[in-house]
Amino acid sequence: MIKHLLSINQLDRQDVVRILDTAESFREVGTRVIKKVPALRGRTVVNLFYEDSTRTRISFEIAAKRLSADVINFSTSGSSVAKGESLKDTALTLQAMGADAIVIRHSSSGAPSTLSRWVTASVLNAGDGTHEHPTQALLDLFTIREHFPSFEGLRVAVVGDVRHSRVARSLTFAMAKMGGQVTLVGPPTLIPPEAPAWGAEVSHDLDGVLPKADVCYMLRVQRERQRQQFFPSVREYSRLFGLSRARVEALPETALIMHPGPMNRGVEIASDVADLPRAVITDQVTNGIAVRMSLLYLMLGGGRGADESSSEQASAAEEVARA
Amino acid sequence: MSPFVEHGRLLDGGEIRRAVTRIAHEILERNKGAGRLVLAGIAARGDDLARRLAQEIERIEGVPVRVGIIDITFYRDDIGMRAEAPEVHETRIDFDITGTTVVLVDDVLFTGRTVRSAMDALVDFGRPQAIQLAVLVDRGHRELPIRADYVGKNVPTRRDEEVRVHLTETDGEDAVVVGENVPDRMGEEERTRA
Repeated sequence: MIKHLLSINQLDRQDVVRILDTAESFREVGTRVIKKVPALRGRTVVNLFYEDSTRTRISFEIAAKRLSADVINFSTSGSSVAKGESLKDTALTLQAMGADAIVIRHSSSGAPSTLSRWVTASVLNAGDGTHEHPTQALLDLFTIREHFPSFEGLRVAVVGDVRHSRVARSLTFAMAKMGGQVTLVGPPTLIPPEAPAWGAEVSHDLDGVLPKADVCYMLRVQRERQRQQFFPSVREYSRLFGLSRARVEALPETALIMHPGPMNRGVEIASDVADLPRAVITDQVTNGIAVRMSLLYLMLGGGRGADESSSEQASAAEEVARA
Repeated sequence: MSPFVEHGRLLDGGEIRRAVTRIAHEILERNKGAGRLVLAGIAARGDDLARRLAQEIERIEGVPVRVGIIDITFYRDDIGMRAEAPEVHETRIDFDITGTTVVLVDDVLFTGRTVRSAMDALVDFGRPQAIQLAVLVDRGHRELPIRADYVGKNVPTRRDEEVRVHLTETDGEDAVVVGENVPDRMGEEERTRA
């Protein structure tokens, strides 16, 4: 298994399937009375968040805790970072304290990749700038797989602020890898010119795309990243690219409605649409924990190198005998 | 799958069938019926055996017995000591085990570490009145203070031998074979030489 998770593009199809299959087992753990297993006892996971995020941080925290790992939350405000410490020094400090994995969110694209060259701990990208958010894409695939037998030929419309969305990039790469077809939909100002190179189609006409979509994936309008005016008004944006009740009628009956959260109800998605049974937005949240458990387990549950203790051999022999 | 040099057959299909029947009788005798009995098979093979035992118990006693599947991967004591995280299988116990007598079922009892893991897994699902252990083959070499309550066959083995249970459900035939996993060792030698 991979050492770091920096981008969806590191994974091949088999890796993705293995991550999703393992997540199925963790989904079952999440339904038990005691939702905790001892798999990663003694491991330490640090959440290093340079950007505010409640849901992703909590999701990783719950995932690590349910695996019995120790979790340290390092938020940058009020910490050494506020005192001027560099990313490298922070990372080396965390490593010196014995972190086995560092989950990083950073406003600069590429920060996790740079970090992974400095530390021996596993690095998990929890969102870097406008680059990628691979764990979100994997939980989205998991949620889609609960409803469709195969990704092959599946048509996914990703709608909205594609330009500022690392979710859109990661999901597009992931779907392309698994054989699905992504159409990126939004106003020309919010679709980056390089988008066709991601392996997706581009459209500016939401109503033309909806009748052929198996999944309608609404993106949050990221006003905090928009340094200029990308559309005339929220009202106009909502009318042209918001998922209204009337637009839901245009979707095929089996189509799913997804959103990575947090939602701007009434902007990209109408409030009553977000509460429809086919809007699997809370399932995405639940599945996020299982997928992150799967990743932490697969990345940290393997080798601490060539440890040749006698108990390992016995267990290995037993495993072979059982297999 | 790596080739496996067979030293001999320990049980054939008929012997496995008779062992399962005898264990079913012993379970019923010891527990005075099937009243609070549930079975939990340890995945892979143990779950198939558990289903066969449940069928036998139902045939003998006329009452159905619930069967769960336990995967012990998350409870292993050697996670992080191998190169890759062990592969995970399904766990499914869709009934409450609190107050029941759980018979853990596995194919081969060897070091006892799997059974230790399975008991840890089981108590996360509830508090059984008692846990008992049924195995098709006990091959010795225990590393933990664990013994089986019901044994199909006791087989003295060398530590470096392997006992493999084949069941129709997963392997297309019923048999217990003993042998050695030669290519694995050759692979190791090659790696050492390299």
